[in-house]
Amino acid sequence: MGTITVLGVGKAYKQYAGRWSRLADWLVPTWLGKPHHTLKWVLQEVSFSVQPGEAVGIVGINGAGKSTLLKMITGTTQPTTGSVHLVGNVAALLELGMGFHPDFTGRQNAIMAGQLLGLSAHEIEGLMPEIEAFAEIGDYIDQPVRVYSSGMQMRLAFSVATAKKPDILIVDEALSVGDAYFQHKSFERIRQLGTQGTTLLIVSHDKGSIQGLCSRAVLLNEGRLVMQGAPDEIMDYYNALLAERGNLTVRRQLNEQGKVQTISGSGEATIEDIAILNEQGERLEIVNVGQTIVLQAVIQAHQVLPELVLGYVIKDRLGQPVYGTNTHHLNDKLEQVPAGSRLTYRFTFPANLGVGSYSISVALHTADTHVSQNYEWRDLAVVFSVVNADKQNFVGVSWLPPKMECLK
Amino acid sequence: MRMFAALWAYRGFILESIKRDFQSQYTNTALGAVWTLIKPLSMVFVYTVIFAQVMQAKLPGATSQFAYSVYLCAGVLTWGLFSDTVSKLQNVFLENANVLKKINFPRLCLPVIVVANATVNFVIIFGLFTIFLAVMGQFPGVVYLSLIPLLLLQTAFAVGLGVTLGVLNVFFRDVGQFFTVVLQFWFWLTPVVYPLSILPPELQQIIQYNPMTLMVTGYQQILVSGQWPQWQGLWPVAAAALVLCALGLRLFRQHAGEMVDEL
Repeated sequence: MGTITVLGVGKAYKQYAGRWSRLADWLVPTWLGKPHHTLKWVLQEVSFSVQPGEAVGIVGINGAGKSTLLKMITGTTQPTTGSVHLVGNVAALLELGMGFHPDFTGRQNAIMAGQLLGLSAHEIEGLMPEIEAFAEIGDYIDQPVRVYSSGMQMRLAFSVATAKKPDILIVDEALSVGDAYFQHKSFERIRQLGTQGTTLLIVSHDKGSIQGLCSRAVLLNEGRLVMQGAPDEIMDYYNALLAERGNLTVRRQLNEQGKVQTISGSGEATIEDIAILNEQGERLEIVNVGQTIVLQAVIQAHQVLPELVLGYVIKDRLGQPVYGTNTHHLNDKLEQVPAGSRLTYRFTFPANLGVGSYSISVALHTADTHVSQNYEWRDLAVVFSVVNADKQNFVGVSWLPPKMECLK
Repeated sequence: MRMFAALWAYRGFILESIKRDFQSQYTNTALGAVWTLIKPLSMVFVYTVIFAQVMQAKLPGATSQFAYSVYLCAGVLTWGLFSDTVSKLQNVFLENANVLKKINFPRLCLPVIVVANATVNFVIIFGLFTIFLAVMGQFPGVVYLSLIPLLLLQTAFAVGLGVTLGVLNVFFRDVGQFFTVVLQFWFWLTPVVYPLSILPPELQQIIQYNPMTLMVTGYQQILVSGQWPQWQGLWPVAAAALVLCALGLRLFRQHAGEMVDEL
């Protein structure tokens, strides 16, 4: 069965000062003079092992070295230090549809792709009915790939890559492509392989899939293995790590969504800090369904304010408001706020939200809407994700757990 | 040794790739594989009719009116194999960067596929040329067989040179650009179009150091005058081929791992 042993692995890329430095490096023997490059370490001292049948997730923010580690495990890149030892045959879903030629039929490409993965033509012939069935592309299998939709190509590529049960399956965010139906289907296929004894190694930004598939997780940060353990334990630590560098995380998330945080207003009062906390007062980025959370805002008044109302709206990923209120509606607006006063608001509520990404917009204004006098308005002030760690599966943006009765 | 065992394990992939590369040139064309014949035929036509007949170019000392066209084809076709192999090999790793970065498979497959493809194309063209020789009554007889060891030697030379350049080209992209220029000069410094005898004696001496001169004059002797090649005169080429193959293999083994980081 498949095992993965990673021992003290490090990876450094050579950086050369100039165009000719590399040539100098090649021509001048090492014992004569110092090298003309500097090493840039992207991974250092990473050690862990995966036992047969285990499913391990690799977690870390962008640039933590996850993909580099996977490349070394699959063998496309060599580690600079340390070693990687694999037992069993490996299938890697690093990129789907590699080596597809648009002018050849799906069947021809499937055979070719399978051979590139190390299967014999005979084996692929035998697996073909299964590949066709899983890909669900029907008669298109004998059409050139150039007429396929990108989803069809993806389905075919995924079917080929997982057609033969591997001892070790390595997945790099390949799941985040395709439509929801295919995502679900491929996720299910991976889970199935896992229960059949395939050793799984999964890299993902999606905490949901790590928690859903893995029995253990490994956290990478700045090229080092920071921690390994149970997925939820690692997730907590990951959150803490993110909170430590709160601003940076928020910025990254905004970029990912391709949106820019817009701050507007007249500035008599400003929002100094805004965050989501758990009951212990630690900053959160990942929230469990139903978890009690605190939205905390620190307000600074720069002038005497005749009236001050703080409002917020929780929005889903599409920007649709899920819930919004303000201190006027909550019957707690302030009047005649002296200049220089610093106020901390806490809104505590259960996050009865569905799985997904949410943002909170906040505003400081007078009266019950921000139209009259707007001190500060901030879109996407906080972004957070809701994951379902311990509740039963459900769909939708809100969590409305029913009490069920069945009368017979 | 392990490298070659891995190649054997991927023989299915290699064969399929060769087939695909060949087919992909002609998919979506109405005439399909007929183009494989039309291209070389037109080339032979150009060299025979235009050069030899219209321009009345004659090979010094030859009597047959076809001598010059046979001379031309013998050099041009074999030179074509050489330059095709080398120039494809020098770009083989760069062009397949995507696959190399994402999939772990024996990397030596790529040069093997390239060389096989160049060889297949050459065999088709040269086969047609042979038929042409036979039809025109110019077939040299049993001497023809000595082309095989010559071509093998030339391929070994081209593979050694090509793989060496291919690896270097990943790290120093100037190598590829530079060698494209070198090939142009090399062609005219090899007696492909002109006979060696028209050069001044000093220049003839120098050009003898060009391994391709030895090869090409060998082919011309076989096909034009039906003479066996001078085997002992070929040892410099064999030595060069051996050195280049060893160098190419050494470079490849040393830098194959590092290569992916540079692509």
